[in-house]
Amino acid sequence: MTKRIVILGAGTGGTLTANRLARHAEEAGLEVIVIDKDDDHVYQPGLLFVPFGMAEAEHLVKSRRRQLHRGVSYIEAGIDHVEVDQNQVVLEDGTNVPYDLLVVASGATLRPEETEGLMGPGWGRDVFTFYNMEGSIGLQKALAAMDHGRLVLNVIDMPIKCPVAPLEFTFLADAYFQGRGLRDNIEIVYATPLDGAFTKPEASKHLSHMLDDRHINLVTNFNTGEVDEEARKLISYDGQELTYDLLVTIPLHGGAAFVGMSPKLGDELDFIPTDPYTLQSKVADNIFVIGDAAGLSASKAGSVAHFEGEVLVPNILAWLAGKPLPESFDGHANCFIETGHHKALLIDFNYETEPLEGHFPGPFGLPLLKDSYLNHMGKLAFQQLYWHLLLPGHDIPMVKAQMPRAGKRNLEVKHVKTGK
Amino acid sequence: MSTITLAGKDIARTDDGFFEDPSQWTEDMVPDLAKAEGIEQLTDRHWVVIRFMRSEYLTKGSGPSVRALGKSSGVPIKELYELFPKGPAKQAAKIAGIPKPIGCI
Repeated sequence: MTKRIVILGAGTGGTLTANRLARHAEEAGLEVIVIDKDDDHVYQPGLLFVPFGMAEAEHLVKSRRRQLHRGVSYIEAGIDHVEVDQNQVVLEDGTNVPYDLLVVASGATLRPEETEGLMGPGWGRDVFTFYNMEGSIGLQKALAAMDHGRLVLNVIDMPIKCPVAPLEFTFLADAYFQGRGLRDNIEIVYATPLDGAFTKPEASKHLSHMLDDRHINLVTNFNTGEVDEEARKLISYDGQELTYDLLVTIPLHGGAAFVGMSPKLGDELDFIPTDPYTLQSKVADNIFVIGDAAGLSASKAGSVAHFEGEVLVPNILAWLAGKPLPESFDGHANCFIETGHHKALLIDFNYETEPLEGHFPGPFGLPLLKDSYLNHMGKLAFQQLYWHLLLPGHDIPMVKAQMPRAGKRNLEVKHVKTGK
Repeated sequence: MSTITLAGKDIARTDDGFFEDPSQWTEDMVPDLAKAEGIEQLTDRHWVVIRFMRSEYLTKGSGPSVRALGKSSGVPIKELYELFPKGPAKQAAKIAGIPKPIGCI
């Protein structure tokens, strides 16, 4: 009998999972259905470059449907909610889509409306985010018009997608204003709720030196309570104020709206409680989760969704066959960090091991935690790998789901506790 | 790691002041723990947060973030900062004798 797998979301995780499953459709007797609300698959890492004129917005979008294997059915429709006990998805038009196994791959959404005043009179005027296409394009114009003043990058709260992107933005802004000969007129401030530049101590040290070198002011422990867009200032919960001329905000993130509408499915932020190793949800045995939709302590990054895919598909096939889940995810993330002037830094880490110095994927690979031209080329080349290898569900040569240990320095002594 | 004496018991804590063993915690330690955090007057609202942190830890294995706390404890974020000015999640976790809430990555 055919088993029906319904995948919610046709972004990075949903698409690569569908395509990997499609290869087993015949032998395992699978029907694979993917549901998403539109046909625009955005290459999200590219959004960082749009404000600086380093990428064209229209080159970042392709058809969602066309990234899917022929054997996969695509339903373009909004999802209203999931009925966990009935094993079915209810679409916005009222249609029921029953499933044997559900994969939630609906990512994270931006919630600027949850911060008081953020969507006030300044929104789209001198307040932008580059975390969506519209904001990214708006920001390009605002940066081009800026010739003096204070540029503030503010992360409202964690978790966010691609936690390194806000730092990259400040590095690129530094290089951008240098290029225009205006750097001395522009103050760049990075305001974060964390107690350092980044979440992981070793990388945080490196990155805060890099901020210093570029004369970017780091403001830590800043928990934005509200934004006064008339007075152009951020006000923290404990009463500190930070004025800006141009505010680049990384709004609060939550899971997809339908998760909040589905009884029992999500946590208080609408992310799905998920086993960090098997990727099976803690909600129901026949629900699995991939990518940003999962409430895990792994990074919300495309590389994580990619590595999870290699673990998820064998686990799904085993579960359908009534066997124990064979694969275990280690929390592996791999991120290029653009540092400006055609250089980038690479970090590679997992649940247990924080980013360390060395080389990736082995002793003669790309340098880790050091900026280099090679890494910048790696980041640019990745866009092609994304569309042509990663989404179709192929393995990327040399890059494995499990974090490589070869090439990393001081691996044994530097462990971080994750509590999971 | 460091050790302090609370309610007649030796308690091992991490360098940043969180209990190594949450099972050692008892409610009668709370006033002293709060004082060490600069909180002289413990109100009912402090207790709501402290007990909520504790029960979240016991059921889920980790304490909530400030935002999750604001959504699910019944105490709005603004008030949480009034109660625990140096950071609600961290301070309340220390006082509730649970590990540092896992920083999201």
